[in-house]
Formats: sequence, C-alpha cells, structure tokens
Amino acid sequence: MELLLSIILGFMIIGAIFALHARDLLSALVAFGIVGYSLVICFLLLKAPDLAIVQIVVETVTLVIMVAVILNSTREEVKDKLRWQSALTIVLALLFIGGLVYFYQVAIAPLDELGMHTTRMAEAYIEGAAEKTGSANLVTGVLFDFRGYDTLGEATILFTAAIGVLTVLRLKGKKAA
Amino acid sequence: MIVYSLCFVLFMVGLYGVVTRRNMIKIVIGLAIMEISIFMFLVLIGYIQGAEAPIITGHETAVQFVDPLPQAMVLTAIVIGLATNAMLLAIAIRIYKNYGTFDIRKVNELKG
Repeated sequence: MELLLSIILGFMIIGAIFALHARDLLSALVAFGIVGYSLVICFLLLKAPDLAIVQIVVETVTLVIMVAVILNSTREEVKDKLRWQSALTIVLALLFIGGLVYFYQVAIAPLDELGMHTTRMAEAYIEGAAEKTGSANLVTGVLFDFRGYDTLGEATILFTAAIGVLTVLRLKGKKAA
Repeated sequence: MIVYSLCFVLFMVGLYGVVTRRNMIKIVIGLAIMEISIFMFLVLIGYIQGAEAPIITGHETAVQFVDPLPQAMVLTAIVIGLATNAMLLAIAIRIYKNYGTFDIRKVNELKG
C-alpha cells in the first residue's frame, strides 16, 4: 500500500515539476492534470470515495477555467530566463529550506505510522452516527450535522469568491456620479 | 513515513514554482500543487490499514472505519481551493487585458 502510494506520489512530483517548466502553457496544464487526477486515484486507495468524486469535479472545472483563460490570451511562456542575482539570494533560500525541513521534522515526529492511526476525536462521531444524524455516510454526517457551521462558512467563502470574480471580470464600470 | 516526506517534497515543488516562476498562470499552478499536497497529507493521516470507507451499509459486524474527520475537513478545503483558484485566474486575465502580458515583473506600474 505504502509502496503504491509512493509510486503515485512520485508521478505527481514529476508531473508538477514538468508543469512548472513547460515552455507551452497548454502542456503545463496537461501536466497539472496529472497531479490532480493522481490525487483522485490516491483518494480511492485511501478509502475516501466522497473526496474522489469532489476532486474529479473540482479538477475538471479548474482545468476548464484555466484552458479558457489561456485560449483567451496567450500560450507562450514569458521569455527571460531566471537569474540568480546574488549569493545572498541563494543563502537565504537555503536557510529558508532548512527551516522548513526542520519544522517538518518537528511536526512529523508525534504522528503515527501510515495505517496505524487511532481515532480519538472522531470516536464520538462514529459512535451511533446513523441514529444521531440520519445519514449513512459518516463524512456527510460530520460535514452537515456535527460541523454544520463549518459548511456554512464554506458556503460564505464560495459566495464571496463568486461575487469577487463577477466584480473583477465586469466589463463596464459604474459611471462616476 | 516515506509518503509523508513525498508529500512534503510535492509541497516544496509547488513553493518553488510560486517563488521562481514569472508567468502568472504558472504561479496559480504552483499554488494548486501546494494545496493538493496538503489534501494528500491530511487524508494520509486519517488512513487506517484494513479499514473500510466510512459508510454504514447495515450488515457489517465489527469493521473499523477510516477516520471521517480529516476527510470532511479536506472536502471543505477542496471547494475553497477551487474558489481561490477561480479568483486568482480572474485577476490574471484582467491583468492580461490591461498589460498584454502574463509576466509578473512587467506589471510594476499599479495605478489606482
């Protein structure tokens, strides 16, 4: 299991690196699709079917929006190569990477091995969930019943983002009074 | 533990893209890659070997379910990620219409 997930994650990393280095933006998007749809396979392997469905929809919508943006503008990558300006930049970058790796080590230390997780907080959610929420799907039960206010906040964010997109893309501005 | 490290590597790849690329579309892709690595990491934490998907079918006896809490939180995060990506792309296309380029260093005369 861990080996299979590692192989898929390796493909995701390769796809991500190619997506960031492609000369053509359309091929960069196709490579980004590798990352997103591999995540769907990982979710299915990790016994999360709801997440897999949502991720398929979201990934497809994201790719469609990105392709629409690119077809309305340009496919060409900007010309200039990256310049390493000074030794200071490299030293700062290395220090930053070192700091991130250190905090990653600190964060990873108390975690269980993969597959050895013990449910602590979710125990109350699983216990008699069908009677409490009326939902056979525990994820739906947590999302819409135990943590319904989280979902309300999510809906607020979605609404705000839709308003923001409409405002930014509005062609005609209001006439000054 | 190696999968956790690979998730971290994927996050670093996305961060590298955000910091070094000059094309705004590439920056959005980098942010999306960082999001994806975080989703993967959170779902990996909740995984239990040999457990079933958290759906009650009615005729299981003593099966163990995968932790539903990280899955619910990641479900919220995925939808919010879509919203932020759409917002960023809208701003990018607006900047392209004004400046004729996706190069972020050419966009240096921000007037009100």
